[in-house]
Amino acid sequence: MIESQPTEIVTLDRLKDAVRIKWAAHARLVQIGCTKTAEDQYEINYSFDENLKFSNLRIVVNPATDRVPSISDIYWNAFFYENEVHDLFGITIEGMAIDFKGNFYRMAVKHPFAAPAGQKKS
Amino acid sequence: MSKRTIIPFGPQHPVLPEPLHLDLVVEDEIVVEAVPSIGFIHRGLEKLVEKKDFNEFVYVAERICGICSCIHGMTYCQGVEEIMNLQVPGRAKYLRTIWGEFSRIHSHLLWLGLAADAFGFESLFMHSWRIREKILDIIEETTGGRVIFGTSKVGGVRRDVTNERLKEISVLLKTYAGEIKEVTDIFLNDNSVKHRLCGVGVLSKDDALMLGAVGPMLRASGVAQDMRKLGYAAYNDIPVEPIIDQSGDCYGRCVVRIKEVFQAIDIIQRAVDKIPDGPIDMKVTGFPNGEFFARTEQPRGEVIYYIRGNGTKHLQRMRVRTPTFANLPAILKVIPGCSVADIPILLLTIDPCISCTER
Repeated sequence: MIESQPTEIVTLDRLKDAVRIKWAAHARLVQIGCTKTAEDQYEINYSFDENLKFSNLRIVVNPATDRVPSISDIYWNAFFYENEVHDLFGITIEGMAIDFKGNFYRMAVKHPFAAPAGQKKS
Repeated sequence: MSKRTIIPFGPQHPVLPEPLHLDLVVEDEIVVEAVPSIGFIHRGLEKLVEKKDFNEFVYVAERICGICSCIHGMTYCQGVEEIMNLQVPGRAKYLRTIWGEFSRIHSHLLWLGLAADAFGFESLFMHSWRIREKILDIIEETTGGRVIFGTSKVGGVRRDVTNERLKEISVLLKTYAGEIKEVTDIFLNDNSVKHRLCGVGVLSKDDALMLGAVGPMLRASGVAQDMRKLGYAAYNDIPVEPIIDQSGDCYGRCVVRIKEVFQAIDIIQRAVDKIPDGPIDMKVTGFPNGEFFARTEQPRGEVIYYIRGNGTKHLQRMRVRTPTFANLPAILKVIPGCSVADIPILLLTIDPCISCTER
């Protein structure tokens, strides 16, 4: 394996505390990415790099009921990733440094990654 | 207090080959805030992974970008290979390294030309691209393509190059290095170039790190991070020391790219000396089941492929974080305080690729 990639699963209410620990350790926010794992279940990975040591924080959310807190008050650049997650997956993220309100990407299909594979635009 | 005006910059602008829009809030000639707007060309390539066989998807990955094509394909393959625990033959790893470094040389020469064009030094632009053509000729000869290499496949590479030809190319590169030096000396020493680049768009070391900057943007601010240190492909055998600069300005980013061109030539020559004989690919059976974040160093910086397979021929998820996507927030932070006239060259120093960014 090229590198080990530990993943810590955190709850929504612990997310920002865990991110603050990364910030204090001078970790670089590498990316935030989302994956649909079931009909009402999405995983969001927050990836960090500390001197070439890669690690993830992972939350599992249900977009119908969960509101994800933005981490852009800690890592300012997170608003880019968070707007992307909102536009592609329809997950509500609260408190983004710049909120494009669904206009980060201009797409024919709203929240395309929330739809099952093969769904045509209406 | 001066009156504030909003100047729209892009999406169509002479310095931008691809669409990016900035609302520049200015007081007199000084920008006080920049609000970005992207999304004009979002292609939804990540969604395609649900319909394409994981082997076929290499072709799509290579077409995410027309400049970093080779490393996109390579990174995707590395991700799948890690999940499937495939031991790629040594020769294939070396060939990937060689083509990856050729990709870096042609990308940086392209950028140098675009930068020269942006600050109005047309002859420098033409000379940069003249030499780049010679690099593209080698790429075409060895891969069959000038821009889309098409050499990566899961489990190895599609084409081989004879050891004799590799040695000839290594000698040829020595000649080209002399020509490149003639041009890059002008970038490094000409007063008119320095006047446009020095002290413009300074990004501190702390900001570069905590704003998530990558590649030459990060290293020009004094952070020694280069994904090649991870040792993927043949970089375990051919160690690479990150090239850094301490200035953090546009000139520093130019210096880092220039030094990386010569470093890439050196890496290719070392790879040619050490390349092992043997097969260039392996038989791949089964389907990927698991997840991996593949990270490599593109010319523009770190690229990440998140690959997740569920044991079928279609991947469950493929997500790409490209270098430009990571560098845009950092550039937004350094724009305030700059003059309007500096914005084009400042934006250009991250070497923006919007087609990558929007995938």
